[in-house]
Amino acid sequence: MKRKAPTATLILAITVMSGTVSAEISPVRQAEIIHLLRHDCGSCHGMRLEGGLGPALVAKRFTDWNIDQLALTILYGRPGTPMPPWRPFLTDGEAYWLATRLKEGIQP
Amino acid sequence: MKPLLGLTAGLLFFCGHAAADCLTRGTGDMGIVIERAAGSLQVVDTTAHKALFRVEGLGDLSHASAVYSRDGRYAYIFGRDGGVTKVDILCGKIVTRVVQAGNSIGGAISQDGQLIAVSNYEPGGVKIFSAQDLSLIADIPATGIIDRDGKQKGSKTVGLVDAPGQRFAVSLYDSGEAWVIEMKNPTAPKIQRYTQIGALPYDALVTPDGRYYISGLFGQDGLSLLDLWHPETPPRIILQGYGRGEQMLPVYKMPHLEGWAMAGNRAFLPAVGHHEVLVVRQDDWVETGRVKVHGQPVFVMARPDGRQVWVNFAFPDNDTIQVIDTESLVVVKTLKTGKGALHMEFSPRGEEVWISVRDKDEVQVYDTDSMELMYKLPVDKPSGIFFTSRAHKTGL
Ligand code: HEC
Repeated sequence: MKRKAPTATLILAITVMSGTVSAEISPVRQAEIIHLLRHDCGSCHGMRLEGGLGPALVAKRFTDWNIDQLALTILYGRPGTPMPPWRPFLTDGEAYWLATRLKEGIQP
Repeated sequence: MKPLLGLTAGLLFFCGHAAADCLTRGTGDMGIVIERAAGSLQVVDTTAHKALFRVEGLGDLSHASAVYSRDGRYAYIFGRDGGVTKVDILCGKIVTRVVQAGNSIGGAISQDGQLIAVSNYEPGGVKIFSAQDLSLIADIPATGIIDRDGKQKGSKTVGLVDAPGQRFAVSLYDSGEAWVIEMKNPTAPKIQRYTQIGALPYDALVTPDGRYYISGLFGQDGLSLLDLWHPETPPRIILQGYGRGEQMLPVYKMPHLEGWAMAGNRAFLPAVGHHEVLVVRQDDWVETGRVKVHGQPVFVMARPDGRQVWVNFAFPDNDTIQVIDTESLVVVKTLKTGKGALHMEFSPRGEEVWISVRDKDEVQVYDTDSMELMYKLPVDKPSGIFFTSRAHKTGL
């Protein structure tokens, strides 16, 4: 598997700059994403995100990370490890929104 | 039922005895169902298809598993928060609970029923407790590794099982090892460490006879096989060819190797990164077939008579269960259960299978011959189902 991060950065940067990201995520969709975070991310990161096969997804872990880095990890996964790409299930905007929640610290 | 309890939301899901009165009956047709979000469990009767007790206060059960004492009365539940809870299923109450590590994944009970071993993610390692009172007997730290941030930590331990000879076997995810821990003398564990068994072992199983310990590998093709009859021979890689040259699909939930699916001399295993169930001949560990299935398999479980194999799947296909006929290797049934079909457990002789359906807050019971839905039990976000018939099975 080859990493496609550079292209991804570009796409994301464009979306982010266009300023349309988090604005259009409806409350219903937000609730779905939190459900995904709790149960599906939770199967590897722990339902309370305190860690499992994957590391804990807690705010203090992400203090040195920028939102793009976090959103890209979610969208493209980490090849060679079990962290899968969530690109098929989340739009750039949704990943950016989720990344922001994670950086702030969230207990789904 | 005490009126006070009626206030708890959980009771909406439950109708049975108050925890005060213990039952006088055998436990052979009993079991537990984990309620993963509420940190509770239900004790169930598999003959009457109903809940007997609800037990609360078990901590974070988002990835819980359980084993039974050999008298079938006590269940030991391993939670993700490192909690180990001993529950008396006849009284529906917690006997003892310890929180032994930051983050754990599973446990096992020794051949003689006296020891409980727990494997930990954080800090990695294995701890061994008295099955009686959960007092600590041995603490075996994992091999140290350097993580992505350059920090020293213990390798995660996975795939912990019991084996004959008062042994436990465990795999180390980060350091790619398998260990066999012999506990004949509880104060002096004897540890045999096998290094370089393969890249990123993520789970493991022991065959029902207790002879072979097999670790699934995430970081490379194949599985690692250790013959416990010959501990002097290091593990070797089997099924090396599987998946070769094929694009590996993303895995949205790791397969579980627990519950060895054997039918005759063939074993059925979940492929990782491929939407297939692998069929393996046990005599020489050669792949003899593959069955294309609906998604990434998570649990591949044989009905006790070996005639059928039931498979559930990772996100986004976890609303589906498929049944494979082991003679023809054909998928004979595709069931749509509702989202979050997380776990399956067969009744001791296999006429029924219980399936947890998380997003419907119910356990569905199917007749395995007709594959028809027979009963539904209300359970709050159900995950693992564990029947007492596990008490007498190696590796479960
Ligand atoms: C199949 C297992 C699995 C699932 C499901 C999963 N992850 Fe991961 N994730 C991992 C693993 C393993 C790592 C660590 C990879 C490594 O070794 O570097 C990881 C790493 C990460 C990281 C980087 C954390 C760090 O400290 O380096 C983030 C962020 C992350 N995951 C977010 C998510 C989100 C959000 C979801 C759900 C949308 C998710 N993951 C679902 C397995 C998983």
